[in-house]
Amino acid sequence: MNQPDVDVVVVGGGPAGSCAAIVAARAGLSVVLLERGPFPGSKNMYGGVVYPRILDELIPNWWEEAPIQRWVTRRSTMMLTDTQALTVDFRSEAWGKPPYNGATAFRPDWDHWLAGYAEAAGAQVLTDTTVVGLIRDAKGAVAGVRTDRPDGDLTARVVIACDGVNSFLAKEAGLYEHTDAKHFTLGVKETLSLPKEVIDERFAVRDRHGVDIEILGGTGKVNGGGFLYTGLDTLSVGVVLKLPKLAAQQQRPEQLVAGLKAHPAIAPLVQGAELKEYSAHLIPEAGLTMMPKMTTSGMLVAGDAAALCLAAGIWLEGVNFAMASGMYAGEAAVEAVQAGDVSENGLRGYQRRLSDTFVLKDHRKLRRAPELVLSDRVQHLYPGMIANVAERVFHVDNPHPKPGVRRILAQERKKAGVRRRDLLRDGWTGFRSFG
Amino acid sequence: MSDGTISFQERMATAEFRVHHDAHIVVDGKVCADCSTRECVVACPASLFVPTSDGGIVFNYEQCFECGTCYIVCNREGAISWHYPEGGHGVVFRRT
Repeated sequence: MNQPDVDVVVVGGGPAGSCAAIVAARAGLSVVLLERGPFPGSKNMYGGVVYPRILDELIPNWWEEAPIQRWVTRRSTMMLTDTQALTVDFRSEAWGKPPYNGATAFRPDWDHWLAGYAEAAGAQVLTDTTVVGLIRDAKGAVAGVRTDRPDGDLTARVVIACDGVNSFLAKEAGLYEHTDAKHFTLGVKETLSLPKEVIDERFAVRDRHGVDIEILGGTGKVNGGGFLYTGLDTLSVGVVLKLPKLAAQQQRPEQLVAGLKAHPAIAPLVQGAELKEYSAHLIPEAGLTMMPKMTTSGMLVAGDAAALCLAAGIWLEGVNFAMASGMYAGEAAVEAVQAGDVSENGLRGYQRRLSDTFVLKDHRKLRRAPELVLSDRVQHLYPGMIANVAERVFHVDNPHPKPGVRRILAQERKKAGVRRRDLLRDGWTGFRSFG
Repeated sequence: MSDGTISFQERMATAEFRVHHDAHIVVDGKVCADCSTRECVVACPASLFVPTSDGGIVFNYEQCFECGTCYIVCNREGAISWHYPEGGHGVVFRRT
């Protein structure tokens, strides 16, 4: 075979792609990082919170440089009915100090920043370049990519596909068996501007401290969830919607966001804030159920392209899985190139790393969680049942004496039409996943 | 379509799109003509698919978030062909 143009071509300048490029370039490999937008991050959007712990390995003291909005020191999980809200609220001062935990950040800032490290490591970052297909060698192994540039073919020993949730490359390589709408959710978000002092006051935080609110039950008849995050002088509010349900319920995404913003528990928080940017993105929601094969001869798949997104109710993570899988793909590519074997077997270090770390361990542990969280009972029956129990426990109904909590539970379960058997089964699934 | 405060047009105007002259979405009107469910019309966050009075669908590609919802939610084989826009074009989310 002729000498390839480069050792590694990484497709996609998101968190997976940049981490893959950083690792490969630092090991001395020649690396090109292709980005179809005008800058890395320009196509990327998420709810708004990143957990960068895994970056400790690549960028020590990353928090001194990272373009974050606020450090999340307050996490709320909220359950809504039309007229009720039950919130579990946790705050920790520790999360507001190094080494920190989660942060709110905008992806165009974050991804652009991370790609800077790839460039500093020696990777060539090529923007405005869309990859349109794979190049294969005589034996059918992946040997590079075709781009939409004139003379745009680029051959490489290893292609690392970090081309996002739609991953046309993983599909072209035959790594996905099928694409099913029920495995995806649509995230739609409004970035709202509001003065910092107003945010600090409304959300009871100071300095660079911020709030992460995850919401169950705020999306009407469409299965999904809501979120509200604080930026420095912005709020990110939006919904995540199960695709088949969204289409079937005939409700438009922006109307569901408007519905959430109008909820009595949310409206006072977002009042007077002006729309700065409306955006949307797909989420590979189904975890292990939908994951493709991630290695083939000459190619690795990482990040959203490999459906490495954890959507497990109380845990909503993606960028950390992207950064880790990109890093491990980079390491495996280095190993394979140095050993002179970029076949599927030569690249097997990738799958091993994924299996040995949180990337697949969390997914295995939580494999039933996405389906449970988006199930009709969790979405449409339990929030009302639980909120009614809370309301009756705290409601003072003198001259009647207080009823026992067990009796309230039994009555509300019946009233909600929840069978004891289903409740026990869901409880057991939840316990096995989250416990 | 409005959320009560701003029109959908104003909503879309908050996002930046660098439009390429070639459409990256192609819809086969013949397939859509006998589709009764029209998932794309409801689900597209940019509302790019609009039903016409004669039972067809008109679509725009200019203000596309490139999310992929339309072709994934569509259950008609071959109705929507979709690929990424030319490099440097399409949606550009904002840096702060």
